[in-house]
Amino acid sequence: MLNLKNKDLSKKQSSLAAWRTRTAWFFLAPSLIILLLVAAYPLFRTFQLSFFDVSILKFPLQATWVGFDNYVALFSDPRWWRSVWNTVVFTFYSVGIETVLGLTIALIVHSEFRGRGLVRTAMLVPWAIPGVVSSQMWRWMLNDVYGVINDLFMRLRIIRTPMAWLAEPALVLPALIMIDVWKTTPFMALILLAGLQGIPKELYEAARVDGASPVQQFWRITLPLLRPSLLVALIFRTLDALRVFDMIYIVAGTQIETISMSIYARQQLISFGSLGYGSAVAAGIFLILAMYISVYLVTLKVEVK
Amino acid sequence: MIQPRRKNLSIGAMLSKGLFFVGVGFLLFYLLFPFYWAIVSSLKTSNQLFATPITYFPPTPQWVNYQTIFTTQPFGRFLFNSFLVAGGTTLLSLFIGLFAAYAIGRFQFRGRQPIYYTMLAVTMFPSISVLGGLFVLVRSLGLYDSIPGLILTYLLFTLPFTIWILTSFVREIPMELEEAAYIDGATPVQALFRVMLPVIAPGLVTAGLLAFIQAWNEFLFALTFTVNERSRTVPVAIALFSGTSSFELPWNQIMAASVVVTVPLLVLVLIFQQRIVAGLTAGAVKG
Repeated sequence: MLNLKNKDLSKKQSSLAAWRTRTAWFFLAPSLIILLLVAAYPLFRTFQLSFFDVSILKFPLQATWVGFDNYVALFSDPRWWRSVWNTVVFTFYSVGIETVLGLTIALIVHSEFRGRGLVRTAMLVPWAIPGVVSSQMWRWMLNDVYGVINDLFMRLRIIRTPMAWLAEPALVLPALIMIDVWKTTPFMALILLAGLQGIPKELYEAARVDGASPVQQFWRITLPLLRPSLLVALIFRTLDALRVFDMIYIVAGTQIETISMSIYARQQLISFGSLGYGSAVAAGIFLILAMYISVYLVTLKVEVK
Repeated sequence: MIQPRRKNLSIGAMLSKGLFFVGVGFLLFYLLFPFYWAIVSSLKTSNQLFATPITYFPPTPQWVNYQTIFTTQPFGRFLFNSFLVAGGTTLLSLFIGLFAAYAIGRFQFRGRQPIYYTMLAVTMFPSISVLGGLFVLVRSLGLYDSIPGLILTYLLFTLPFTIWILTSFVREIPMELEEAAYIDGATPVQALFRVMLPVIAPGLVTAGLLAFIQAWNEFLFALTFTVNERSRTVPVAIALFSGTSSFELPWNQIMAASVVVTVPLLVLVLIFQQRIVAGLTAGAVKG
């Protein structure tokens, strides 16, 4: 009797579990269908088309199978490697400067002072301005003849003569890095600030009692405990910088000195209309980023352990 | 012995305090000056704009640039398009994403973990790697150069992000709340809309704002999947701004247009700053 009841109950439970599973999939279905349509399918198409010679101008598409030809061409394409190099240099310097500057700003805003709320609000301004708008703003500010940056820098005696920030090949990349630093440092600072606020105040009090100087406190307490937030902020920003498109496209166009991986891919795909070769470029970018993401996931796992 | 607190700061302390405030002042200048400069430039005539030496205040504020952008090109249309695209994307993401977040946050089923992490991966991967495939898709669905085409493709980045934020909100709501509803015989959809929805409202606001901002600012897809002014959004219009002469761009008009699209966004961000910061840092820290 008792046995039967238990069996009945477990049957009921398993049917309940099955019902819950069905409901869950039912709720998930719309999202999954949309993501299959706009993420999985186009990604599959990118890899598929990279093995064809196909123009984007003719619909329906007329594709000729070319095997690995596009990848062979990509491997010996100096413009592609230049775009990879530009992107890596851009990422290295902007993320590096943003980290140091972001940490400094976070430490300033973390301390108690009058007007702290104002600074916190002001930090959101560069982040809130649309990327296209801030790119155009800086393009105008960096104008060689009428730009305010040259005027300000000359008044402050930082430079003697006006600089052609966006025309001189050696200056364009530094200028782009400067713009990116302005736009994204606040985001970095916000994440680090959240990390700082999570460090218990008692630790600093104990350190002070033990006679540790502020510098020692920073290296021994702040930095080690900030490591997780620092790592996350670094990873997110690096990922963003490696994908850079809008800002460089608007400020510097498609010139070889500063072309990024994303700009090069779009140029091949859309401007030149070679859907096959462009897809090989896009696949190359995907693989580079996938490599980066998997390294990051492994690092995070190690970190968590 | 208890030492009395000294009222007068030592010279060293005063100096470091002074330095600190100089630093804060410089920081504020650095953060805000570019936007100030956009406003100043938008209030100048062409002659004032291209005059040397540069004037740091608008000599005679000119509002005419704000009228010109609406008369020399259909800027009102672009704004309307941007509202449609960003609004449509946000509402769709929230509606579809809410169900998914409820399923992931509340139901135990096989495949839940992989789905959650796949969503996470989608937010990370570069949109350029699907650009060609999406172009073909949009063409073959007949959505090229249209507002629905943009809304559909924007779901690529707003939907996973929305699901991600909403899931973290769903998880924080106590189970007892919906259990009571189920005991009263509610269906899952009823439990979701009658019980969860009111509690999850703050999460919807956060996720909705972030989705709206993302869609409002998007440039790459808008540039690639539209050609006509009929379906152009504001970021593309501002990027493609051209003047009567190709020699000098009408920077005062570009800046006026920039101020027009930025101000609503700044107002939103300043009103909801606590929520946005919480959403951003939660998303990043929990990552």
